[in-house]
Amino acid sequence: MQVTEKLIAGKRNLEIYSETLIELAKNDPNILAVTGDSRGSAKLVDFGKQFPGQIIEVGIAEQNLVGVSAGLASAGKVVFATSPSCFLTARALEQIKNDVAYSDYPVNLVGISAGVSYGALGSTHHSLHDIAAIRAIHNIVIVVPADNFETRMAVRAAAASDKPFFLRFGKRPLPHLHYPEDDFEIGRASVICEGTDIAFIACGEAVAPAFGAARLLHDKGISARVISMHTVRPLDNDSVIRAATECGAMITVEEHSISGGLGEACAAVIMEAGLRLPFKRIGFPDEYTVTGSQADIFNHYGISGKDLAMAAADLLQKTVAGTT
Amino acid sequence: MWIFLHDVYMVGLINNSQEFIKGMKKLSNSELELQSATLRLKLLKYIKMANAGHTGGDLSCMDILNVLYHDVLNIPGNNLKDPERDRYIQSKGHSVEALYVVLASRGFFPEKDLESLGRYRSHYVGHPTRKVNGIEFNTGALGHGLSISAGIALAGKMDSRNYRVFTLLGDGELAEGSNWEAAMFASHYKLDNLVAILDHNTLQITGRNCDVCNPGPIDEKFRSFGWHVVTTDGHNIAELRKIFQQVPFRRDKPALIIANTIKGKGVSFMENITKWHHGVPDDEQYEKAVRELDKEIEKIKYSSTYAGD
Repeated sequence: MQVTEKLIAGKRNLEIYSETLIELAKNDPNILAVTGDSRGSAKLVDFGKQFPGQIIEVGIAEQNLVGVSAGLASAGKVVFATSPSCFLTARALEQIKNDVAYSDYPVNLVGISAGVSYGALGSTHHSLHDIAAIRAIHNIVIVVPADNFETRMAVRAAAASDKPFFLRFGKRPLPHLHYPEDDFEIGRASVICEGTDIAFIACGEAVAPAFGAARLLHDKGISARVISMHTVRPLDNDSVIRAATECGAMITVEEHSISGGLGEACAAVIMEAGLRLPFKRIGFPDEYTVTGSQADIFNHYGISGKDLAMAAADLLQKTVAGTT
Repeated sequence: MWIFLHDVYMVGLINNSQEFIKGMKKLSNSELELQSATLRLKLLKYIKMANAGHTGGDLSCMDILNVLYHDVLNIPGNNLKDPERDRYIQSKGHSVEALYVVLASRGFFPEKDLESLGRYRSHYVGHPTRKVNGIEFNTGALGHGLSISAGIALAGKMDSRNYRVFTLLGDGELAEGSNWEAAMFASHYKLDNLVAILDHNTLQITGRNCDVCNPGPIDEKFRSFGWHVVTTDGHNIAELRKIFQQVPFRRDKPALIIANTIKGKGVSFMENITKWHHGVPDDEQYEKAVRELDKEIEKIKYSSTYAGD
């Protein structure tokens, strides 16, 4: 889209997840939502009402949730194992590793209210480790959709795939960053807007602030490329290399710890390709976050259009200084 | 109507066990006893060859696995793609060597494959994996099998299939909290097509269960979680067969069979000795064990001939 284009407000990705699951379940009785006392926060109440035989309540027991889901998937069910990402990917990590990934059954692990979506509930409820943890386990596709379109496409792709998926959703309503007719492919990044002075590579709810930064930079005559790296694994290496080759600098933005997340993944691709450019990871530093709403926490750590634009200008300035 | 349908379903579960007998030669008790002793011999051979294995627990669950695979599990054509097949999930994955020799004896793969056990690039790893024909899930981290099995059992209920799901747990394994999550779930969903078998040899790597972290009273705990619990001698072939024929035990209830076993069963100097948890016999010990098992085989052969079995 054009960087100057006015963004249209959309829904929560979780609502789209639920809508898409309903759409899929209408045609496939094998679609199952497995929840751990979390159907309300997962926006699956309507799904449960429409398909009472296709929602399995496990209670507050994440290990069992994932083990049961793997068993169901092995018997041919298309399972969406849904739980807050903070619990799902920490409490049940061994079940994710062995029962799902190592045993190779196509469970779709849905981490809801990911990142700092739970805001002031604090670090017990934040999941800033989940991408890193899942990235270190072989055989799970990781998708972090940036808007409603990517969410819908990712849920459909996960349902159709015979591989394990980790889908990561936040809670807040998101602007549309795509047109309904856009292409979507797992493993292929979406370029939200083109630019060559600097590239923002972001995922999930951090993409919209990156787009906001691109707009501010545009007003100052700096062209920024914004890439939604919705598939964190398999990473679209070509897209990263292209950006590193065609753009003067790169900033990665993620609602995740800067350790083990998207930023490090992109940095590794760039280094191994023998490329060099000014590079900065923006995410959450090695600390428990400050208290506040998701927006407060984003602002505190510089994940806002204004702060990202400043970080870009700063990085580009450094480039200029370094070359003169 | 529900009761009628349920009766049909319960009969279906029973039929699944009868179908198996149609497809394969039914062995007599003494033939199965003989086979257990032979399988123990083979087990030791491959453990010795690999210089690794969980010998004690392998020996304690051998009779259970032998009866399951040669008298209970309905897996037509050994085809793991058959949606109606019975499932077996080995939650105590470390006793994989016993499972390997039993799977080979049922024809899932040539026994000779086991010569590569634990070797570089072999599929025969020290815990079950799906790379080996006959294995449904990659297990070995404890406390996973019951949840997986409950999921499969639930899918069977949802699809009105007649298969049964069997899982083998270790007693030390019961300390894993995930078992109790699964126990609660299985009774909530009335999974009477789920049968957990406890290889209750009372020992774990550090020592006696009751000294490490007492899991008892196991029967009362499971009963209070809504399970049907039966206890049996895990080395008595006739008794094991009789017990398995009773599956499903009680309508709407998952079942636990507490099989009282002896760790290291069949080799006198390994029986009830903690260090044989993953001990590998040296040459002299191996010869001695083989002699003992050979003698046992002769004894079974003699008594079955004498009994006209």
